[in-house]
Amino acid sequence: MDEKLVALIVEEVLKQLGAVNGGGSKSCDACEDIASAACKAIPMIQAEDPDALLRMKRKTTARIGVGKAGARLNTQTMLTLRADHAKARDAVFVDVDQKLIEDMGLFTVQTTCEDKNSFVTRPDMGRKLSKEAVRTLKENCVMNPDVQIYAADGLSSTAIQVNLPKILPVLIDSLKAKGLTVGTPFFLRFGRVGSQEYVAETLGAKVVCVLIGERPGLATAESMSAYIAYNAYVGMPESKRTVVSNIHKDGTAAVEAGAYVADVIEKILEQKASGVDLVK
Amino acid sequence: MASILSVGIDIGTSTTQVIFSRIDMENMGGYFSVPRVSIVDKQVVFKSPVYLTPLKTPILIDGAAVRELVAGAYRQAGYTPADVNTGAVIITGESARKENAAEVLSQLSDFAGEFVVSTAGPDLESIIAGKGSGAYQYSMDNACTAVNLDIGGGTTNMVMFKDGEVIAKGCLDIGGRLIRLEKDMTVTYISPAVKAVADEVGAAIEVGRRTDYGTLKRITDKMADLLAQALGAKAQEALIYRIQTPESTWFESGEPIRAICFSGGVADCIAAEQDDIPYGDIGVLLGRSIAQNALLKRYTCISGSETIRATVVGAGTYTTSISGSTIDYAQGLLPMKNIPALKLSAQEQSACFGVNTGELRQKIRWFMEQSASDLIALAMTGEQDPDYPAVCRLAECLSTEMDAALPQGKPLIVILEHDMAKVLGMAMRRQLGGRRKVICLDSIKVEQGDYVDMGRPVLDGMVIPIVVKTLLFG
Repeated sequence: MDEKLVALIVEEVLKQLGAVNGGGSKSCDACEDIASAACKAIPMIQAEDPDALLRMKRKTTARIGVGKAGARLNTQTMLTLRADHAKARDAVFVDVDQKLIEDMGLFTVQTTCEDKNSFVTRPDMGRKLSKEAVRTLKENCVMNPDVQIYAADGLSSTAIQVNLPKILPVLIDSLKAKGLTVGTPFFLRFGRVGSQEYVAETLGAKVVCVLIGERPGLATAESMSAYIAYNAYVGMPESKRTVVSNIHKDGTAAVEAGAYVADVIEKILEQKASGVDLVK
Repeated sequence: MASILSVGIDIGTSTTQVIFSRIDMENMGGYFSVPRVSIVDKQVVFKSPVYLTPLKTPILIDGAAVRELVAGAYRQAGYTPADVNTGAVIITGESARKENAAEVLSQLSDFAGEFVVSTAGPDLESIIAGKGSGAYQYSMDNACTAVNLDIGGGTTNMVMFKDGEVIAKGCLDIGGRLIRLEKDMTVTYISPAVKAVADEVGAAIEVGRRTDYGTLKRITDKMADLLAQALGAKAQEALIYRIQTPESTWFESGEPIRAICFSGGVADCIAAEQDDIPYGDIGVLLGRSIAQNALLKRYTCISGSETIRATVVGAGTYTTSISGSTIDYAQGLLPMKNIPALKLSAQEQSACFGVNTGELRQKIRWFMEQSASDLIALAMTGEQDPDYPAVCRLAECLSTEMDAALPQGKPLIVILEHDMAKVLGMAMRRQLGGRRKVICLDSIKVEQGDYVDMGRPVLDGMVIPIVVKTLLFG
């Protein structure tokens, strides 16, 4: 295909997009970025009760009121889905910015995964710490703290990028205010939730809390969770984990979640139990 | 799940009623996320009969007799004051006078439980009645505007909801007991407002003289016409401004009305076939005039879930809300009542997030002088997803300024709309280093001049029941 033809096709698609925005409802600046929340908020159909549709749309991130073209999605819906999917893929495959980690005063260690490819295909390797990581942790970290906090990229580096600077200082300050000893925080690259058992055994922490990026969806790629376990050991059942999920700007605000997670950790230490054994 | 028991006591111009309702709360947040407690159900569990309000004079309430009625209702319902967690005593309509309020408060203080409040004012009554009648729920269920007209003995309280939000409120002196009569049609009482209406239509009516149905009908027809004017169905004449209830807002929204709903004692007279003056007043005649008014008939009329009990159900069921589920408060301080709220504007709030200039201190001192209170609740919107340094700056500003302005030993109370109270409370406590106790709550909307009641924590201390009052007797 020559360039002229491609240019023509692009022009035609853009024209049609304009027609959708202009015909379905008002066209606006918001739709310059069709994946933006402002653009998604605009219905693409003429509803019998437009106010009711707007009210429904405010209550869900599902793509409702988008109309259809025959049996298929409209071009704009299709492109928005692709854009959101691209964001989700990016969240998995980009790395957390090293500068951000250094600015927060953290150091980085790695699991036994060599690269993103082995990370997504080998969950078992994303749990185990590399030999070098174990050595670095033992050299740099306070041993046997009440609480060991660390961050892991998990399946969304984006989530760590936006939420970690907000939650980590709150969490540390809150725990210290409760009179607990907090271990040396660090960043684990290519880490999965199950890495917390290895971290607990390496550092002898009573409670381990990992802040980890969640598998991104088409609604948000920025969701982070805190997984917390008391006396974690390798081979521990999943039911011994406590989780606080949905930490992002449209879920629970990261700073507020930090203060809450500190309370949960205090409770875990009081009851000497986590997961289903913890009485909330 | 947890439940609290709420009492509603409405002492109106003509009737006094008591209801008890159960408010159920549950953590809807799910096991794997931050708790989110919501009110999941509200049920009226007991309704007293509708009593005639005992009066000493046509305008003075007989407090001791009211006390007897309320005590009877508690006995019948099988509750003691200790069982009641929250609620409201409201004195409405023409009875809402300072003397009456003081009398009722002193007589009912031990019955009303520790958290029950006395609150009134025509605007608030309108909102409470609209919530109790079902108009509020209708506006939410149908995502539309709905107007409630609560027509009682002395006043017609009007409120317009749009999708659950109050967008207009007001009150007119139109009611069923504004003219009272003997069996033989001798007039025993005419209110000043109704006199103005009678003069306008040229109806000669005087206390001590006998009147006739024709004369009364001319007056009640005019009242119905004035209601249609208030809703905007026709041009408003000068008379309507003369019957606006003192201290009420002018009812005006600019939005088209999708549905109207009648409540109050007169609402029962709109539909029913009844004798002409069974209660010795013009209530039935007014109801009939409203039913026949051609302009009012054009509106879609919804039948409310409550009519004569709308206000008391609203007071007992809808005045209590709950705080957010991640909050920060010192043990042992709650419950607290009647805390005046100082609301920060968006500009003042961003100043607090920035560099502290000490202006807030002056403002708090000024406000405390104005409100003659040694406690304040500092209210603000907050931020959706703040940075930690921003929260720390805010905490620094609030703790320094409030600590400087408030008398020794008083707790610092902060109320936010956005979910950030737990982290802010923690940061403030760190700033204060134990010098003061802190109560920091969120998910509550408070406006300047509101008063706030905070109840005992419920659901393992996760949430605080809150009553935000927009008007309080002085």
